[in-house]
Amino acid sequence: MTACTLYEKLWNAHAVAELPGGETLLYIDRQILHEVSSPQAFVAMREAGRRLRRPQTHIAVVDHAVPTRSPRADGIRHGTIEDAQAASQIAELETNVRDFAVPYAELDGAEQGIVHVIGPESGFTLPGTTIVCGDSHTTTHGAFGALAFGIGASEQGTVMAAQCLRQKRAKTMRIDLSGTRHPLVFAKDIALAIIAQIGADGAAGHAVEFTGPALRSMSMAERMTLCNMMIEAGSRVGLVAPDDVTFAFLKGRRLAPKGALWDQAVAAWRDLASDPDAAYDRVIEFDVGALVPQVSWGTTPDQTLPIDAALPDPAALDEGPARRQAEKALAYMGLAPGQSITDIAITHAFIGSCTNGRIEDIRAAAAIAQGRKVAPGIKAIVVPGSAATRAAAEAEGLDRILIEAGFEWRLAGCSMCVAMNDDRLKPGERCASTSNRNFEGRQGPGGRTHLMSPAMAAAAAIAGHIADVREYVA
Amino acid sequence: MSQPFTALSGHAAPMPEENIDTDIIFPARFLLITAKAGLGRYAFHDRRFDANGAQIADYVLNQAAFNAAPFIVAGANFGSGSSREQAVWAIAGLGVRCIIAAGFGEIFHSNCQRNGILPITLPAETVTELMVAAQTEQTFAVDLETQSLTVGNRAFAFDIAPERKLALLNGWDETAVLLHQYSGAIAEFETRQKASVPWLYAEDDAS
Repeated sequence: MTACTLYEKLWNAHAVAELPGGETLLYIDRQILHEVSSPQAFVAMREAGRRLRRPQTHIAVVDHAVPTRSPRADGIRHGTIEDAQAASQIAELETNVRDFAVPYAELDGAEQGIVHVIGPESGFTLPGTTIVCGDSHTTTHGAFGALAFGIGASEQGTVMAAQCLRQKRAKTMRIDLSGTRHPLVFAKDIALAIIAQIGADGAAGHAVEFTGPALRSMSMAERMTLCNMMIEAGSRVGLVAPDDVTFAFLKGRRLAPKGALWDQAVAAWRDLASDPDAAYDRVIEFDVGALVPQVSWGTTPDQTLPIDAALPDPAALDEGPARRQAEKALAYMGLAPGQSITDIAITHAFIGSCTNGRIEDIRAAAAIAQGRKVAPGIKAIVVPGSAATRAAAEAEGLDRILIEAGFEWRLAGCSMCVAMNDDRLKPGERCASTSNRNFEGRQGPGGRTHLMSPAMAAAAAIAGHIADVREYVA
Repeated sequence: MSQPFTALSGHAAPMPEENIDTDIIFPARFLLITAKAGLGRYAFHDRRFDANGAQIADYVLNQAAFNAAPFIVAGANFGSGSSREQAVWAIAGLGVRCIIAAGFGEIFHSNCQRNGILPITLPAETVTELMVAAQTEQTFAVDLETQSLTVGNRAFAFDIAPERKLALLNGWDETAVLLHQYSGAIAEFETRQKASVPWLYAEDDAS
């Protein structure tokens, strides 16, 4: 038998039919729905008089538009949402999940949170599955050895009704991570450095699989951060073969297999790993040993530099797209050529998102914040990725450390990563952010975003400017 | 069912910039709108309008030659970022039916084809040439049937998957086609999968 990569094994196991023209009809095991990208798919279902083929393969949650504060002392958000459009969007999802019998992680419930945080936490995300969601960061779930990708609303309707999608097989790329990291260099730094190296469309058309000793020693949270960010290199699919770390994370989760089925599942999951002699279209060796903390300076995620670097001078670049992009980015960001990154003053710090809103991320931020204070005039917020993450952090006392340091401690949601609720920048404001996109206006019209790790964002909040977290060791 | 794609001709709005992401095309704050129709007014909103809602005169889509252009010519990685299909609905709302770029965000590309918009990928050098043609207000014409783009007296061939071409030409609803043609194959797949991967069916059985 031909040696197969993890991607090829997942693909072959879900091929329902080969279609004329080279596409495959791919079976979809799981779909996650949220309030912002699903309404039009439900409208299409109603108009065509269709039902969900397998409602129990879905889970719905509200995350994108929800406020992360409540006027109520008990933190209940339902019935308190001031933005009428957001309240109506949430109500529409609630109607849809009721009418179509979709399992729902309700707004004030223990399982509410960001789609890509609650999937793994509930055991909805499992190795060997295909998972889709109307959100590009669905790449995140690939950390479990699932073929997971973002889709539009039309495709969501197709999955609801047919449990399948037409898809074109991607090429394969392997990124081997080797070396031993500095303790304050995180998966986020690795992801940003890789994107800077290969470009914002450097992995387009490829499914990216991470391998190597530096990958194997990572927690599930860090693996999720890596896979999450691969869409920022243009790839719809990030992957990690499941191992004992994966199984330990999943065992006992609400929707994970139980009893004899668990043993049967783990045996099957062990076979998912790429065969030793499997061929990839592209292989990248990446040594994390020499890596320093990374910061994005521009308006695409590949405009990223090491913390000890100076900003580029477009005049020193050859005439062409790179120069044009650097000029445009510096102008939008209000930065000067040659400026040191550590001289960039911020107004906001945001710790959270599907990239960096997990308990490990909050621990990393709290470790830097402990015994220190947020600089005067800086608005710094910590938004846990889920209600369960928030509860876990509170059980460890992380909320008290962060609040004592001057951070705001919020309720779960996407918040300042997508800026659809009231957490957003005003024109010219500048944020040290653990999110995934530094696009123009991403955190609010005219807002300026610098991407970095949670520890780096915490250090920036304390310094009042972008800072090297390695100087903030406890 | 989307509008069948037939022949198209007219001006092309030039966007000589790489990485025009879907946040630029459709800013997130407008995602609170749940309608599909009428989104054209929000397309490229923060490029078209200033903070007071006034048109920014020198933006390409505010110029008389391009404000009704059925084509867009753009730099590489057009439509990168978020999966929001509103980006496609908004562009369609402007009357654009064909986008030519050196590369597309993959989810955006897929969304285009499901909404009667033809995305054409051409080599970067060709796109540079077409950008000049767009800027000088030459007429673009596309014939999907023959997979040919004509600009002035030059013709460019482009690739498209045969099934996608048929779907665009006929305005087919993909879901209806799949249900009609593959219901049997899907059911057979489920029977096989349930036997080999039973834990993926535990919740169906419990409900």
